[in-house]
Amino acid sequence: MRSFEYAAPKAPQQALGLLGRNWGESEILAGGTDLLALMKDDVVRPRRLVNVKAVEGADLHALMRRQNGLQIGALVSIARVAESADIRQRYPMLANAAVEAASPQIRNMATMGGNICQRPRCWYFRNGFGLLAVDKKTGKSLVLEGDNRYHAILGNEGPAYFVSPSSIVPSLVAYGAKITLASAKGTREVPLEKFFVTPREENQREHDLRPDEMLTFISLPAPPAGARVAHYEVRQKAAVDGPLATCAALLEMSGGTVKTARIVMGHVAPIPWISQEAAQAIAGKPVNEETAEAAGAAAVAQAKSLGRNGYKIKLARVAVKRAILAAAQGGQA
Amino acid sequence: MPSYAWPPEDQRAYIGKRISRVDGPFKVSGRAKYTYDYNPKGLLYGAVLRSPYAKARIVSIDTSEAEKMPGVKSVHIVQDKGTIIQWAGDDVVALAAVTEDQAEDALRAIKVEWEPLPHFVDDEKQPPAGSGKTSGAMSQDDFVGAISNQMPQGQLIRQLTTDGVSFKVDDEFIKQAKSFSVPQPIIDALQKAPYHPESGDAPRSPYKEVRSETKGDPDSAFKSAEVTSEGVYGATVITHCCMESHGVAAEWPDPDHLVVHISTQSVSSMPGQIAGGLKGQGVNIDAANIRVEQQNVGGGVGSKFQADRWGIYVPMLSRKAGGAPVKVMLERDAELAVAGARPSHFARVKAAASRDGQITAWESEGWGTGGPGGGAAPPLPYVFDVPNQRNRYVSVATNTGPSRAWRAPQHPQAAVITMGALEDLAARLNMNPVELIRKNIGLVTEARRQIYLDELDIADKMMAWSSRWHPRGQGGNGSMMQGLGLSLHTWGGRGHASNCDLSIHPDGSVDIKMGTQDLGTGTRTTILIVAADTLGIPMEQITLNIGDSSYPTSGGSGGSTTIGGVSSSTRRAAVDARDALFAKVAPGLDTSPEKLVARGGRIFVEGDASKSLTWKQACAKLGAMPITVQGKNPGPENLTNSGVGGVQMADVSVDTETGIVKVNKMVAVQDCGLVIDLKTAESQVLGALIMGVSYALYEEKIHDPTTGIVLNDNMEFYRLAGLGDIPEMQVHMMTGKGYDERGVIGLAEPPTVSPGAAISNAVANAIGVRVPFIPLTPDRVLAALEGQKGAQA
Repeated sequence: MRSFEYAAPKAPQQALGLLGRNWGESEILAGGTDLLALMKDDVVRPRRLVNVKAVEGADLHALMRRQNGLQIGALVSIARVAESADIRQRYPMLANAAVEAASPQIRNMATMGGNICQRPRCWYFRNGFGLLAVDKKTGKSLVLEGDNRYHAILGNEGPAYFVSPSSIVPSLVAYGAKITLASAKGTREVPLEKFFVTPREENQREHDLRPDEMLTFISLPAPPAGARVAHYEVRQKAAVDGPLATCAALLEMSGGTVKTARIVMGHVAPIPWISQEAAQAIAGKPVNEETAEAAGAAAVAQAKSLGRNGYKIKLARVAVKRAILAAAQGGQA
Repeated sequence: MPSYAWPPEDQRAYIGKRISRVDGPFKVSGRAKYTYDYNPKGLLYGAVLRSPYAKARIVSIDTSEAEKMPGVKSVHIVQDKGTIIQWAGDDVVALAAVTEDQAEDALRAIKVEWEPLPHFVDDEKQPPAGSGKTSGAMSQDDFVGAISNQMPQGQLIRQLTTDGVSFKVDDEFIKQAKSFSVPQPIIDALQKAPYHPESGDAPRSPYKEVRSETKGDPDSAFKSAEVTSEGVYGATVITHCCMESHGVAAEWPDPDHLVVHISTQSVSSMPGQIAGGLKGQGVNIDAANIRVEQQNVGGGVGSKFQADRWGIYVPMLSRKAGGAPVKVMLERDAELAVAGARPSHFARVKAAASRDGQITAWESEGWGTGGPGGGAAPPLPYVFDVPNQRNRYVSVATNTGPSRAWRAPQHPQAAVITMGALEDLAARLNMNPVELIRKNIGLVTEARRQIYLDELDIADKMMAWSSRWHPRGQGGNGSMMQGLGLSLHTWGGRGHASNCDLSIHPDGSVDIKMGTQDLGTGTRTTILIVAADTLGIPMEQITLNIGDSSYPTSGGSGGSTTIGGVSSSTRRAAVDARDALFAKVAPGLDTSPEKLVARGGRIFVEGDASKSLTWKQACAKLGAMPITVQGKNPGPENLTNSGVGGVQMADVSVDTETGIVKVNKMVAVQDCGLVIDLKTAESQVLGALIMGVSYALYEEKIHDPTTGIVLNDNMEFYRLAGLGDIPEMQVHMMTGKGYDERGVIGLAEPPTVSPGAAISNAVANAIGVRVPFIPLTPDRVLAALEGQKGAQA
């Protein structure tokens, strides 16, 4: 690891003041479960680390009811989200996604803010070839030319082909989460799905995050009454394994039929993928094997193989189908 | 003449019982020290600059700036300018500094100018028909590459002899080769190699035919065959993935003595290997003045027999730093990229049988890679010697980290190919594979026919195979399909050469010194069991010292040879020492030594309570001097043997929508002659099953076609089975009459051979179609299902 300057400020304003104006000047250290690995692999080389774990301001470390919704401090650990009785009761899909994430050790250390801001797991990016993995010699994409078995099947027109890495974010998006971003100049609130962007150039990040900003809060609206939810991960191993495709499904029911649906897919595109096609396919229909299958098919209608990842199209379709079926069969919100 | 024979069952106090590892508490509490834990005062941290290219010529290396960096104490060029690097991650420059960060900073100050060369990493594609028949003469670069890539000596000599060289082998070149410690037989072959100047610069094919054999009349047999089956089978390259990575710490207490801590499977051979390597670097030291020490090793799996590049450059770094201790442990990415690989083997197989299931013919067209050297052919067909057969194998030279022996070298791949082909043949015959095997047991070597038949019966009961087996594709309705599969395997496992010193002290204590190592398999425990059983005292009364090259030499732990070697040398030493003690105490008991027995902490005449001494009283008769004897293997009376058989069965569920395989249950029935410790033996088999589930479903070393680097050089994308992926496992060891009297036979390799084949067969049984290659990842399973749908349409 390269040398860096280390700061552990107590005051929130001081923390924000220590952030740089350009990427590379500083990085925020919270759980460190992703950042430290990136630094050891020399993929990210900040000149300064701003450790925010000791920043005062109880809200950053707390789960708080706000009206009928929930505010999650960015420094709340994934383990706390998984264990929270309130979240289990009111946002069970989020609790389940948190329970299935990574390993117990990582869930204890990793924060919710960090989970949202984690970098892609693309093996070209992690091996130092950059976010867009362009071969410097030929100018061609290493992903297209090389081994793309784990890469994007949707939103993969390029030049970014990595997949959105969080298995928790799709559930947050399905619940309609917003996040607060703070800088020394003030704060702004953005819908979580708008926070993720597909970079067009190597020096862009995959987040709508400025170098001098810090994610401070995640706000969830009250879960829609009577909504049914479920999250499904296609994972090769039983645990401690990055999923190949995921889906978070939130169904608002009207009697026996789906009134509206939020279908959010993970690990299939550079951003968490909201499938309007799947939502439309299931809207107005009762949920059964056939309609869920049709929604799955609609979700991947536009999907495209990059060469070696065609199987992921099937997996994504199955994830959508199974999430919808699971939601209808018991996932009471 | 004493009898060394193993005691009969009714006289064994410890042998064959279930005894826990003596070092278990040490290991689980973190007190056991590994090479990684060796951190003396003043330790310098080593760091290594590795090749970013899979194939490239080093044009120049400039270390001047790095040498001036703060904290840097020594720099050593591992591979100098002019060298052609043959795999990404290969060691180029090593240096040592006061802190890890200083070492890493200094690495970044080294300037290497590279000339990247075209690389080749694709081993899965079948070589074009007819390729590999001939190969051009070796260029100078090829030869240097073969040496630095550790091409097996026999293979290199064959290549030199048959293909010749394209460069002039002059005295200067021979002198240079000698200075690089090129072994004399290779020098001889080089000097005699035919000279073919014209083929020098022609682009070389990566393919080379290394086996082409025909037995019987396969053509006629296939022509007249009633039923034939064809398929493609194979196993990709996987790594060893040792929990403790490879690594070395070295220091020179004075310029003539070297002390090395190295994570190794072969303590006794290390001084010689290191002395040889240092000689190539211009440092002359006698092996006798090198002391190698290692108390514990965190896994080897076959990848830790050599001193390796780091076993030489770490002592060089220390020497250049005035003898200060220097340590290099491979980081996980390097461990996966350069320090372990099991070769891939693939084959297109045709097998034929009569309608009643008698196998008549076999043909295999195989290929695979063991790295830049190509590699050797696997033993095909495996276990079954089909009367009419043709086998051809083309090795594929790739720019990937060279293969190393991986637990039961070549056998797991050979089992996947052979047992897969036979299972497919059984399906064509509409026959239960157990029945097919029984019908063809005559094709198995005679010594193991009955063993396999007995084991099949037991495995059948453990798995309830007969009542649960269903024909292909009848594994259920809906998306979850269930299936059963089986495989047979074999291995040698005779004990290696082993020496030990055993002393009985006048105070009753006993110590044993042996230059062996315990890879975590229970070697310590088994040595103590044998000694305690022979001396009739508790295991705790014996002090065992291993893991030090200053102790009597004992073989490397590979090929399942350790248990036979160490148990035999220990038995002989303990018998001799015990008999020497009997001779001392017999007169005082008014008896003759041969009437004495040692049991339960006493030495006595059987059936005569008046003629008895406690162990302590007996040892006190020694006076001042202890008894010290040497035990050896081989030696009088054969205590170890070779040749085992095993049967394994797997029960799997396959999600046909996702291609995800879950192993529900595995049963393993295994013989290994006389079992010394039933508990560690069963553990050995359980460990093999766990490893087997992992390589059957998950493990695969993935090289990027464009850059040639290992893409999954981490534990995230190099998947290993986790707790939730481990099935119910049942192990049955064949013991008692017919097994015990064969003597002690090694167990490490055999049970690791069959899991891949058994699981692959179970998946075929479940989904009704063969998934050609392991690991059985979702993409491969779905592709096979898709192909099946396509074929039906």
